[in-house]
Amino acid sequence: MNRRSPAGYTAVPPWIYAVAGVGASFVLIPLLAMVAKVNWSQFIPLITSESSLTALGLSLRTSAASTVLCIVLGIPLALVLARGNLRGQQLLRAFILLPLVLPPVVGGIALLYTFGRQGLLGHSLELAGFQIAFSTTAVVMAQTFVALPFMVVSLEGALRTAGGKYEAVAATLGARPTTVLRRVTLPLVLPGLASGAVLSFARSLGEFGATLTFAGSLEGVTRTLPLEIYLQRESDADAAVALSLVLVAVAAIVVGLAYGNPQRTTKAKVPQ
Amino acid sequence: MSFHFEATLASRDFDVSLHCEPGETLAVLGPNGAGKSTLLAIIAGLLRPDAGKASIGERVLFDLGAPARTWLPPHSRETALLAQEPLLFPHLSALENVAFGQRSQGVRAAAARSSARDWLAATETEEFASRRPDQLSGGQAQRVALARALATSPELLLLDEPMAALDIHSAPMMRRLLKRELAHRFAIIITHDVLDALMLADKVAILEGGRIIEFGPTLEVLNRPRSRFAAGLSGLNLITGPTRDEGIDTDYGLIAGTSESPLPPGTLAAATFSPADISIYLDPPHGSPRNMLTASITEIEPHGDAIRVRAGQLAADITVAALADLALEPGMRVFFVLKATAVRIYPA
Repeated sequence: MNRRSPAGYTAVPPWIYAVAGVGASFVLIPLLAMVAKVNWSQFIPLITSESSLTALGLSLRTSAASTVLCIVLGIPLALVLARGNLRGQQLLRAFILLPLVLPPVVGGIALLYTFGRQGLLGHSLELAGFQIAFSTTAVVMAQTFVALPFMVVSLEGALRTAGGKYEAVAATLGARPTTVLRRVTLPLVLPGLASGAVLSFARSLGEFGATLTFAGSLEGVTRTLPLEIYLQRESDADAAVALSLVLVAVAAIVVGLAYGNPQRTTKAKVPQ
Repeated sequence: MSFHFEATLASRDFDVSLHCEPGETLAVLGPNGAGKSTLLAIIAGLLRPDAGKASIGERVLFDLGAPARTWLPPHSRETALLAQEPLLFPHLSALENVAFGQRSQGVRAAAARSSARDWLAATETEEFASRRPDQLSGGQAQRVALARALATSPELLLLDEPMAALDIHSAPMMRRLLKRELAHRFAIIITHDVLDALMLADKVAILEGGRIIEFGPTLEVLNRPRSRFAAGLSGLNLITGPTRDEGIDTDYGLIAGTSESPLPPGTLAAATFSPADISIYLDPPHGSPRNMLTASITEIEPHGDAIRVRAGQLAADITVAALADLALEPGMRVFFVLKATAVRIYPA
């Protein structure tokens, strides 16, 4: 909408459009190449095969669970980072954001040495009768590990933008901190929370490295869609391509929800 | 229930003590950065001082001196704060905003809403009850914010320049509402406007550099200013110096005037006079018993219908015709002449 309106002068040199075109092609052409490779006559049977549906179902369930975990853990973390006054807060932020830049397989190894049979906590947990590694729980934990920073970054930004003024006013009106959180802070940052949840879900859905390392690839238990695609690539390339397209479609929907309309997102910072 | 407050905060060079009688409204005036907002933030519990104590009647808001330190959190202080911006919660309707305080204190939704409606009526905003804050004008939003603060029945109402962000059409209505609501209420109002202090406040405190430099009944402070800031508020010139037999010995020369009580020579005294009573001469006038101050012009600027000529700490208002006639320019050395009867002198 905004693009069509008679905008003012923009200082973008014409050649920038050419380079931007190259950048866009770099992302778009591989996607088109994949679509071109799809065996459309077999598409529906391929994506509705039992193993595919099992993997897709597992992916959706574990991603939903890890998104819930990201919300439950991410809200307090973001609040502490945005509003807290703790010593070593910068360090805390750096460590929480580490999974953003860490190879997921490294995260998987770290989780294995924590919750695995011989791990730091895993040994005691096993004695208590809990076995985490190579279970569906492990899939959810691996996904939460890599997706949590997306939630924290998104929510912390929203909290900083909202500022503490409304919270201070609410407190002088007699609202206890928990009431302020429930009735003022969270409603104010709802758009940030929503986009954080969407991003966490998308990241969980695409998780591969940490899951494979920490949870393995057991059909119906830990073999999520990305793992299924990787496995099928060896035996049935058509199935791998078809399933990839399904993931692309899901990812596109998710990103569209989060960033589809920039006007809506900016306006939503101050919810109506 | 009187209000007692004393606090120091080194990081903001703040050291203030105050005392207000029940039902009084105190206006706090002072230049930017004087510590006015710091004062309200400490009272409201949003900022913690290094030391001090405050109480409303028997109720202690904070006491950081005693062995058992007391620090009431903001939500238990009953000191509602109305700031320059209305800060209405954007996700709630005007009615829900006003009901927020009571809802937070455990009042049932229906009762809180009904009380909120009464407060919207009291601030003449009932027609906006169902509107969202972004559908209100600045003046309407600020009136709803006032209703929201009053709905919590605060023991002490804190107002931080509540009219500073309003346009000239909304400010008079807000001032009228405040006059009615503050009449028998315990309130502290920060303002830049001497009119607010005169209309709304029983007492005035002038804050400068984190210290109270003047405190007293509004009229007394404005009529007999002891600080340059308070004199500026009343639109008066204020110069000080030691008393001589013939008048006060100031940086600009001797000045004589009328004094309510005799001043012993040598005591420090203040002289106040209006800029409108000054005539400017390029050469010393002869054979006149009037006061003559010598000064160099620093600035010339329009001031209402007149021209304000500033010379150091002095200001004189002359007509445009006089300015053209004298051909004044910054840097010129001139004589400010005024009658002794136009000068008030009192101990500084």
